[in-house]
Amino acid sequence: MRNSFYLLGLIFSMNAFAATSQELLKQYEVQAKQENTAFAGFSAERGASFFKAERTHSDGKKVSCATCHTSDPRKQGKTRANKVIEPMATIANPQRFTDATKVEKWFGRNCKDVLERACTAQEKGDYIQYLTSVK
Amino acid sequence: MMKKWMQLLVLITSITSAGTLLASGGFGEGGESHGSQMPVVNNAKWKSECSSCHMLYHPALLPERSWNKVMAGLDQHFGENASLDTAAHDEIAKFLAENSADKQANRRSNRINQSIPAAATLIRISETPYFVAKHDEVSANTFKRKSIGSPSNCIACHKGAEKGDFSESQVKIPR
Repeated sequence: MRNSFYLLGLIFSMNAFAATSQELLKQYEVQAKQENTAFAGFSAERGASFFKAERTHSDGKKVSCATCHTSDPRKQGKTRANKVIEPMATIANPQRFTDATKVEKWFGRNCKDVLERACTAQEKGDYIQYLTSVK
Repeated sequence: MMKKWMQLLVLITSITSAGTLLASGGFGEGGESHGSQMPVVNNAKWKSECSSCHMLYHPALLPERSWNKVMAGLDQHFGENASLDTAAHDEIAKFLAENSADKQANRRSNRINQSIPAAATLIRISETPYFVAKHDEVSANTFKRKSIGSPSNCIACHKGAEKGDFSESQVKIPR
């Protein structure tokens, strides 16, 4: 009997990692409201310009999300070390934005690489809103 | 009723765990450590974390001190942020150290290791004197081909690179 409780726990804990992009957006919405009292929702348009916006990095190079992911998020991208990156848009890759831990890991890394700072919850939400709306 | 429910539960769990085991490459072949080939090594975290941005470098390609330096500087990993959470970091660091070039009996790892001056802690495999000498007939322009990219992309020419197979007979330089 004790074993079956253990197994039950295992199954539920595995499911806890799975999320939908809508659930993720709700989490970021809560954070965005805390960060900014004037928060008025996420915008796919703002997310699109954020994705494509080129910034000059402190090393002088121009970078954007699109540098590695390409300007069409339905297509495969490539890392600087020549490795394929699966598409970001959920229409081409339904696995995107289904694992909250993974999403936070990559925002953590890539925001520092591209923006040289952490992303705000507003930026993260706009980004997901855009990539889940691409048809 | 209760019994059926429990049977189902056990069934689901065993399918799930078999899947996890397969995905993590749990069934290794058992490495041959002598001769020139690097041993077959397996670690799920090493595989998933290190290969998301670049090819999977075999731990027997660099000595322990080099891996320690790589792992200590992941926030600025060759110009990129590759930070890991503490658990993943420690597991991968331990795995790399335990399987590093200076812990190996195979010929290639020994030669890589011996080619590095004792006072140096190189973190680029392509800067080890062994690598440089072995690739002296490959021009800089060849490495720059779109199909290759740079000397760090071993797998472009060495198909078995991720398994530690760098045998000359397997080399195919793409156009």
